[in-house]
Amino acid sequence: MEKILEVKDLRVSFNTYAGEVKAVRGVSFDLAKGETLAFVGESGCGKSVTAKSIMRLLQPPFVDIKETSQVLFNGEDVLKMDKKRLRNYRGNDVSMIFQDPMTSLNPTMTCGKQIMESLILHKNISKAEAREEAIKTLKLVKIPDAEKRMDEYPHQLSGGMRQRIMIAIALACSPSVLIADEPTTALDVTIQAQIIDLLRELRDELNTAIILVTHDLGVVANFADRIQVMYAGQVLERGTVDEIFYEAKHPYTWALLSSVPKLAKYNKQELYTLKGTPPDLILPLEHCPFAARCEFCMPICKERMPEETVLSDTHKVSCWLQHPNAPKVKSFYEREV
Amino acid sequence: MAKYILKRVAYMLLTLFLAATVTFFMMRSIPGDPLASMARKLPDQTKANFYAKYGLDKPLFEQYTIYMKGLIRGDLGESIVYPGRPVAQTILETSPISGLTGGIALTIGLVLGIGLGIISALYKNKLPDYIVTFIAILGITIPVFVMASLLQYLFSVKLGWLPTSGWGEPKHLVIPVICLTFGTIATYARYIKSSMLDVLNQDYIMTARAKGLSESQIISRHVMRNSLLPAITILAGRIVGIFTGAFVIEKMFSIPGIGFYYISSINSNDYSMTMGTTIFYAALFIVMQLVVDLVYTLVDPRIRLSDNK
Amino acid sequence: MSTENISKDKFVIVGVEENEADKIARPHISYLQDVWRRFKENKLALFALILLIVLVFLVAFGPAISGYEFEQVDKAARNQFPSSTHWFGTDKLGRDLFARVWQGGRVSMMIGLVGACVTSVAGCLYGGVSAYFGGIVDDVMMRIVEIIISIPYLIVVILLSVVMQSKSLFTLIFAMTITGWCGTARLVRGQMLQLKSQEYVLAAQTLGVSPWKIITRHMLPNTLSVVIVSITFDIPGYIFSEAFLSYIGLGVQSPNTSWGALAASAQANFTFYPFQLFFPAIMIALTMLSFTLLGDGLRDALDPRLRK
Repeated sequence: MEKILEVKDLRVSFNTYAGEVKAVRGVSFDLAKGETLAFVGESGCGKSVTAKSIMRLLQPPFVDIKETSQVLFNGEDVLKMDKKRLRNYRGNDVSMIFQDPMTSLNPTMTCGKQIMESLILHKNISKAEAREEAIKTLKLVKIPDAEKRMDEYPHQLSGGMRQRIMIAIALACSPSVLIADEPTTALDVTIQAQIIDLLRELRDELNTAIILVTHDLGVVANFADRIQVMYAGQVLERGTVDEIFYEAKHPYTWALLSSVPKLAKYNKQELYTLKGTPPDLILPLEHCPFAARCEFCMPICKERMPEETVLSDTHKVSCWLQHPNAPKVKSFYEREV
Repeated sequence: MAKYILKRVAYMLLTLFLAATVTFFMMRSIPGDPLASMARKLPDQTKANFYAKYGLDKPLFEQYTIYMKGLIRGDLGESIVYPGRPVAQTILETSPISGLTGGIALTIGLVLGIGLGIISALYKNKLPDYIVTFIAILGITIPVFVMASLLQYLFSVKLGWLPTSGWGEPKHLVIPVICLTFGTIATYARYIKSSMLDVLNQDYIMTARAKGLSESQIISRHVMRNSLLPAITILAGRIVGIFTGAFVIEKMFSIPGIGFYYISSINSNDYSMTMGTTIFYAALFIVMQLVVDLVYTLVDPRIRLSDNK
Repeated sequence: MSTENISKDKFVIVGVEENEADKIARPHISYLQDVWRRFKENKLALFALILLIVLVFLVAFGPAISGYEFEQVDKAARNQFPSSTHWFGTDKLGRDLFARVWQGGRVSMMIGLVGACVTSVAGCLYGGVSAYFGGIVDDVMMRIVEIIISIPYLIVVILLSVVMQSKSLFTLIFAMTITGWCGTARLVRGQMLQLKSQEYVLAAQTLGVSPWKIITRHMLPNTLSVVIVSITFDIPGYIFSEAFLSYIGLGVQSPNTSWGALAASAQANFTFYPFQLFFPAIMIALTMLSFTLLGDGLRDALDPRLRK
């Protein structure tokens, strides 16, 4: 499959008074045309920072993307684009929707204008044409009374409607990649499902590749093609949805899976809780970042970083348990099932 | 929306009424009575006539109703120091002069203040920001009469470019306007700067960046409107600031504006004039505040349309 | 580096060590330490603080240093320029200006401090009561504030000074504070209401924490920062207003003096004796400057949203 986006050894740091906080520590992945990749992890694992780095939305001087990092869009390095190319890239080639639709829309600009803005910018069309296009996009994201909504302000719409407007803005110029940064976190559960359904339909219709950032495995299950589990700025395990859900090899992935409630079972069993908190990213962490919280922690885990073990073309895991000398363990997730 | 405006107007009328009432009773509660110092030397008969002329021989409450009735008709009584001169007429004749000076000062102050505020926010922690901050600090820290003295000394006494005081020609306006304008420049420069920096941190600026807008497009389309809108709300305060600043400036530069007469009425114990002018000022500001609030409600869609939902 | 030959004993499962999972790497910084750290970073605010300390010191000990009484008239030494005997010169009655400037400073600073304290206490009480009871009480109380606030502050002060005739310091402060508390009241009420609806306060309530504890533990500390900042802006405000009132003849009366009164009386002869205006004016400006910068610095330092 043709790669549309390739990220190689992405390293991002925040400069704070206490020192350098390494939020992303050498993340690499690629994305094929029309494919959906999900970043899953706890808050602060670097998934959102990775997503924003692809758009180059993090502003220096507080944020520092290392020189050796590469973000290749169709082979072109986004991190080395000049201002003009970058502006054309944002919104036209890759676009993004954010977590909170309440604050991500300009409160004093009509929804229509906010959609038309990127159309006029990228498509070089007249206002009237842009309006037509914008109405079409609004219909595409299933907003009733599209013409009327064009002239309304964000605060006049509900949260779900606003997130549809955000999606409309992002899709207006039919980008090849859409980055959705926790698009449903701030919404009601019923609305969440609608938004995910909408995204799935749009993806199939427009053949847009999607990067979905989320902490909710439930959202990912029947939406993503591949999953990448992130922790402390690193990818611990990656694979197709089936590989992650049924053949997970990393204790952290097991922990994540075990903490999702299962409706089908009439069990009164308590949900699994992962003790402790992720490590402070100001630490150097020369070993496995999950070691301190891992049930299967071994002495080696606190000494060296495990290398990525290739289990299949798509399934890769960074864990010392994969080492030939390591004991064979059974996931507590499987134990349960 | 209409309901809101009606409610606000009703409150305004109530406030006006209360302000006038409080002013009336306070002025009447001055130890002795307003005419005491004037009338001391007069023979009894003249004194009685004098009191009757100002209605001070009647019971207090009747005086109050007479005054309030007059107020509704726009009659504020006669000056005590200059008998035969209606207070309302003095206000009518002198306020346009203050209005002109204040208006020019406000306009210049707004333009410069907003402009400097924008520059300061865009060049945060760079030389232009420091220069603007310095100017703003000067405007806030130096009392207006000190500033006036310095400018008068420099431009009139030392350089002889401008007249020390007086009224009638445009050149008479220069120093007073500069003095009056400084406070507005300072206030607005500071306000706009913090307001813009605040807007620049908002999530929707990230959305705009993600759309591919250039920094200048983001500033002009998304930052400006959102940071300037709230600045309307402090306009009422600035109008008050300019008018009260004019008390001092008009006295120093012998400008025959309403502030000049207000201060001299205080110094010469011209109570009817003081009372009339106080009520006029209060009314002016109360109305101004309402106008500014209503304008803000009309231009900010978040408030304008909040009832429709 | 090959991983093949790592000894087997490195691969024994030891599991989670309880204490380690929650280890906090960063040095723990208390709220006040963090405030102080951010305040220190703001060089302007630090400079303002030092300037203010110097000014307070001079105001406290200046009159003693000068060696003259501030109301001591010396007909032989009228309108003298600054010299080694009279550091800031003398005024038209031959009074030593160095002594008078610091004496005036005492009055000005006292007006500022007392004014700001009175309005803060009154404003906190009023705003607190309004926010605490809410509903109709809050409605009525806030309507009253709205009405008072819509009448310009200086007009009220002028009217009161005219009406009260006496021009004592007490009258002056009374006139200046009678409506001055409204702003603080609004501020405190707003902050309290915002805090009241905050999740951690709700959490505390549902956990059964007593209202008194909620008020003292959560509401007060968080409101205090707002009030402190407003005090730093109120103090110079009162000093400024007093100067203004002195200029139009309603301020502190001779022989007592304030910076405003000194500047006002010097203004008439400014062309001949500019120093008489210069010294009190520069003191007003420096005080205003230090309080304004200090207030800015405190506001930024106390705002937890900026905590990084």
